Amino acid sequence: MATDTKKEVKPAGKVKTFFKSPARITIFIAVIFFVLALVESLTGSTDISSPGTSGATLRFAIPLLMAGLGGLWAERAGVINIGLEGMMIVGTWTAAWFGYQHGPLMGFVAAAIFGLASGFFHAILTVKIGIDQAVSGLAINLIAAGGARYLSGVFFPPVGGDRTVSPPVDAFPTFTIPIIAPILEKIDAQDIFFISNLAGILHGLTKDLSLVTVALLLLVPLTSWILWRSKFGLRMRFSGENPVAAESLGINVYRIRYIAISISGMLASLGGAYLALVASSVYREGQTAGRGFIGLATVIFGNWKPSGVFAGSILFGFTDALRVRQSESVMSLILVAGIIAMLLSIYYSISRKWKPGAISAALALVAWWIHQRVDVIPQEFVTVFPNFATLIVLTFLAQRLTPPAMAGMPYRRGSE
Amino acid sequence: MKKDKVFWATVAPLAAVLSALLLVSIILSLQGANPIEIFQVMISYGFDPRNLVSELNQTVAYYLAGVAAAIGFKMLLFNIGIDGQYRMGAFFGAVVGAAVSLPPVLHVLLIVITAMLAGGLWASIAGYLKVRRGVSEVISNIMLNFIAAAIIAFLLGEDLLGILPEGSQNVQTRPIPLSGQLPTFKMFNGEVYSFLFVAILVGVAYWIMLNKTVFGFNLRATGLSFRAARSSGVNAPGMIFVTTVLSGAIAGLVGLGTLLSDTYSYSMAFPSGFAFTGLSLALLGRNHPVGIFFAAFLWSFLERSAPVLEYEGVPPEIVIVMQGTIVLAIVIAYEVVARINLRQQQRAVGRVNVELVSDKEVK
Repeated sequence: MATDTKKEVKPAGKVKTFFKSPARITIFIAVIFFVLALVESLTGSTDISSPGTSGATLRFAIPLLMAGLGGLWAERAGVINIGLEGMMIVGTWTAAWFGYQHGPLMGFVAAAIFGLASGFFHAILTVKIGIDQAVSGLAINLIAAGGARYLSGVFFPPVGGDRTVSPPVDAFPTFTIPIIAPILEKIDAQDIFFISNLAGILHGLTKDLSLVTVALLLLVPLTSWILWRSKFGLRMRFSGENPVAAESLGINVYRIRYIAISISGMLASLGGAYLALVASSVYREGQTAGRGFIGLATVIFGNWKPSGVFAGSILFGFTDALRVRQSESVMSLILVAGIIAMLLSIYYSISRKWKPGAISAALALVAWWIHQRVDVIPQEFVTVFPNFATLIVLTFLAQRLTPPAMAGMPYRRGSE
Repeated sequence: MKKDKVFWATVAPLAAVLSALLLVSIILSLQGANPIEIFQVMISYGFDPRNLVSELNQTVAYYLAGVAAAIGFKMLLFNIGIDGQYRMGAFFGAVVGAAVSLPPVLHVLLIVITAMLAGGLWASIAGYLKVRRGVSEVISNIMLNFIAAAIIAFLLGEDLLGILPEGSQNVQTRPIPLSGQLPTFKMFNGEVYSFLFVAILVGVAYWIMLNKTVFGFNLRATGLSFRAARSSGVNAPGMIFVTTVLSGAIAGLVGLGTLLSDTYSYSMAFPSGFAFTGLSLALLGRNHPVGIFFAAFLWSFLERSAPVLEYEGVPPEIVIVMQGTIVLAIVIAYEVVARINLRQQQRAVGRVNVELVSDKEVK
């Protein structure tokens, strides 16, 4: 047995307790926005807090969020799902095809069903047969990618699509929250320091909302509730932490994992359906563009918690939105990050934590240097920011992460 | 026991390929095509001498990716980073090769060494994270693949290391001069990369390293049991690191056949997806140098004969589905066989125990 790679869980550090208190998080976010407002009024570029950016952030974040939640469900139950990318492809294709045939709602339903099936397939392979979880996931990615391209070639050309693009699907209706959104728009136009910036962001989040977006966002608190408040969630986390002990207490680990991985596939597939039906209105080859893997990254980034996955996908969705919109705003963002790092270093120095203080100070200097010396951050680097950030988190904060102890380990019923 | 092993090592892959063929036949029949006819067309197209040559050239790259994956597998390492390592190797090989002028043989040697170094160094990041930080090599390598692609896309920018040749849309590195190019040799009326011999050499070296050296023994020992190897004096974490780097160095060679004998420069047109291909081939070939060769040939055969399906009204991507199915089938077959073997062993042990107990009672 490969139990020697099991990580020791260390007690949480000071930073973690800092971020645990809701009041402090609010203060922290307020400080971020304040610095943002300051930078925007100094540099004159208002793109970061424009309603367009926040709206785009939400649109880019939802697919990552769904993939991340999918990864979370599987890993909490003890199985790593590298097939998220493939399951997203399943979602994009089925949503577009059934959406074209029977309307967008049926597209979503079909994506959910086929996603569930693809997750169930991963469960059979990894739980029942017990093959390597990474091999199974990667094979699913390959088969889904090849299968979608094959089926596109067969089904789409006769109905007016292309070999790589489906015919367009009807759009979902969108709505703008009444009263609040117009007020926010007015405040945004007023150009008041800080308040207008905030209103701009909120305005983007309240106008042209799709009902699907709201419904999918609700899955975050729902997942949280299931994992920490329900009997099933307790058993699920137990199967991920210690399946042998769970089995000895009469929990059917296999069944729990079957359910969890199937739901994982469904969530990832819904993320794909969102890409095809809400973020655009067609299936396009390569539409998922590695988002399944970024979803995997948000799970790590979010420390295997629904709220963390949410924060991670918003952050990565934000960089995605900036990449598409304009790269100058990346520069002001770096300035924002630098100022925040400086404030953090002051905070740490006051509370006499010299090491994190020095690290934040160094980060602030690096940000300042980049802002002074570099004209434009190459788009390639903005694209891989999620991957890079995850690698950094794994390198420097690995001790603070608390992954499910047995995620990725093979488990056979009755074996030690 | 030995006979059993050989039997399963040949039957299991064949069964996997057959079951994949069966699945694809069903899909094709559903589409309304005649599977037998389709397979016949593929075979006659794939064994056409002209296509055989391009398949052989493709096999060179796939074979190296397979060996790189197999080295990792022997250590229970899942080197999904072959993609990034291959890119690093090919790119820096191309850049260094174009920047210097050396006598013919030395020049090629320098490119090969640079590529291995670049691939190995890139892999060493994942190795370090695994050994020192306990980070799963699967996750770190997936992230590193994306980062490698981005770094190279950035370095290929026109004001950095890339040039835009006239009449072309593809940015590429400066071409490698004649002294750094490898000749091709004639076979089946086509040009086969002489990098083929390097691939064969790598295969032989891999086998010798694994079976005839202390290093290979330690490697296999650590792969079989980390703890047992460590307590018998093997520096097991060190072995994991070295193996990762070695696997990355071989992965760095993957793109060199094309680079040294065909394009002479690196461009974004270099294919991706070598990581999963390499892992598949190592699984299919059971980490054996000869097995990997047959698997690599099968893969390039399938890929090179796929375009002909277009004329039969079948989207050629069906081949990708077939490859994925083969991998799944082979892994399932190994798992099932391993379980049967385990059960037989347990039964045998149980019988011996019963006999021992009854012997004692008689006495």
